[in-house]
Amino acid sequence: MNLEKVVFGFFIVLAATLNFGFFIGDIARPELHHIYELFAAIVVNLIATTLKFGDRTQIGAIHLATSLVADLQLIAAAVTWGFAVHVLGLGMTPEITASVVSLSGGALFANVVSVILLIAETLMMRR
Amino acid sequence: MSIVNDSVLFLVLRRMRTPLIVMILIYAVSIFGLVLVPGIDANGAATAPMTFFDAFYFISYTATTIGFGEIPNAFSYAQRFWVTVCIYLTVIGWSYSILSILNLLKDEGLQRALARSRFNRKVKNLTEPFCIICGLGETGSLISKTLDQVQMRFVVLDVRAEPLQELELGDYQADVPALHADAQIPETLLIAGLKHARCKAVLAVTNSDEANLAIAMTVRLLNPGIPIIARAEHAATASNMASFGTNFVVDPYTLYARRLALAMRSPPSYQLVEWLTRVPGTPLPELHEPPTGKWIICGYGHFGRAIVQRLDNMGLHDNVRIIDPRPTSPDDHISIVSAGTEANPLIDAGIKDAVGLVAASDNDINNLSIAITARELNPDLFIVMRQSSSGNSALFETFDANLTMVTTQTVAHACLSYLTTPMLSRFIREVEKQSAEWATNLLESLAPACSGLVPYVWTTRINRIKTPALNHALQNLASPIPLSVMMTSNRNRDNPLKLMPLMLERAGQLILCPASDLPLHSGDKIIWAGSREAWNEQKLTGSYANALSYIITGHAETGSWLGKYLNS
Repeated sequence: MNLEKVVFGFFIVLAATLNFGFFIGDIARPELHHIYELFAAIVVNLIATTLKFGDRTQIGAIHLATSLVADLQLIAAAVTWGFAVHVLGLGMTPEITASVVSLSGGALFANVVSVILLIAETLMMRR
Repeated sequence: MSIVNDSVLFLVLRRMRTPLIVMILIYAVSIFGLVLVPGIDANGAATAPMTFFDAFYFISYTATTIGFGEIPNAFSYAQRFWVTVCIYLTVIGWSYSILSILNLLKDEGLQRALARSRFNRKVKNLTEPFCIICGLGETGSLISKTLDQVQMRFVVLDVRAEPLQELELGDYQADVPALHADAQIPETLLIAGLKHARCKAVLAVTNSDEANLAIAMTVRLLNPGIPIIARAEHAATASNMASFGTNFVVDPYTLYARRLALAMRSPPSYQLVEWLTRVPGTPLPELHEPPTGKWIICGYGHFGRAIVQRLDNMGLHDNVRIIDPRPTSPDDHISIVSAGTEANPLIDAGIKDAVGLVAASDNDINNLSIAITARELNPDLFIVMRQSSSGNSALFETFDANLTMVTTQTVAHACLSYLTTPMLSRFIREVEKQSAEWATNLLESLAPACSGLVPYVWTTRINRIKTPALNHALQNLASPIPLSVMMTSNRNRDNPLKLMPLMLERAGQLILCPASDLPLHSGDKIIWAGSREAWNEQKLTGSYANALSYIITGHAETGSWLGKYLNS
């Protein structure tokens, strides 16, 4: 067992699960989507991205690309949230909530691709 | 992006992983703490904690030590506790990251990757023909200095770092791409431009036969079209290299033995060859006349064997005496088992009535010892010495043997003449067939073109690319153009240039020392010797129609091609 592989798999799966946790629930109801979960998802996604740096294989490149997509989507969701609450002063209306959650939904898709890659890579390995 | 550039980027990213993760964690913990700790309003009543945005904003300016005191509300004590922790955490995080980056810059792996990528870029951008020199030892540096002088480009590879540092400090006209890497690894040769369209030749001149063999093999397999010039000190390596089609195997010992035999048979021919193969611009070597008679060969290694074989061929079989510490000498020669450094074995070999001695062992100090003892016993002896390391030059110069065979120089001279004038080796073969009188005459006519220095030797091809003006004139003028056109100054046609034609090749036929009234033909190849200025002027005559027409007709035509075209 390789500890580095454990950490790598842990962060990728955790990024996907946190993302899923934030995403699940009625898309327009702000009380079902907690900001702490979004924060945790962003942090874990950033760490997962960093862990993917420096792998020059083809699969490593796709791994990195999916993570960058997820980061971009989640940061866009956070900026939308902050802008709506602080700058526009609208608060979490159903429309804003819907756009934040759908952005995170896009990130979730990227994270799922990442997890599939992880599984594929593991299955390809010969004993 | 190439493989090499990619590897630098990936190396940096890989090394920056830990510092980046540390920074992300510190930011996350700090921001999350601030979001949990309640604040205080002006009246001392507890308020809600900061929002995520406020916390991110605050940490961003605190962590970078900008200290922008913009958020107006004073902090509660709980917030101050947490901010104290955050300040120390973030400062430590940043220091750690910056130190990591600095360390990375000093990292040997990164430096090597950067050097490789720089080298790769330089080689890719070469637009002139170049050759790859593998091994920058004594031979390699002599070759590179001379190639630089004759303005040929080259790329250098060496497994050791010191010679490359010296190369950087050296006084070279052109920028020399150099890489500290093992040329035996195929990838190194590929980076050095083995498959580059402009790569003209590969020289395997490292000190190790094994490495040279590996390089020659790699080049033959990866790019069969490129000539390989390889150094081989052992007969087995030489025949191995020749077996897979190495174009030019330089075996310094056989080569030197052949020259020594030439010197015995016809000293002027030997002198002529020396004049033409040494480094241009150095003082001319003097005439040596090794006598024929009884010769003593000390050391029956590869060199000794090569010389004995040549002497046998010259019919001196019964006059050869061999002294060697190993009892491996052939039975058909009179041989003595000894190192030859003491007087007795030399006397036994008949030093008193011998005419010459070759100190051919592979140990420089032994060779000196043999030569000193021998000269004491017989001061008239003609002494030939083998010098393996140029570090001992001071000793060898002081002793002043009649001839000194410096292995590295012999290799370098052979490589250079092959590279700069491939036709020269054919000329030398012709010289070997000619008589001593012929060579003396040639030397006499060559001397004024040299003015005391070793002449430059070059080949001119009369064709559309190399000599466009001359080729055009040959195809369009009715009267024949004599060779003397290429031997006349284009500034004043009464002045001859300081050069002379050595040989002309026309449709496979060789004309030695062509006369100056010989009519030129398109497709001729001529080999010349002369001064550098003469070479440059001749190049101009061949390619510039106005200069050529001045020499042929006597009056200077002016105007550019465009001007003439518009006027007509």
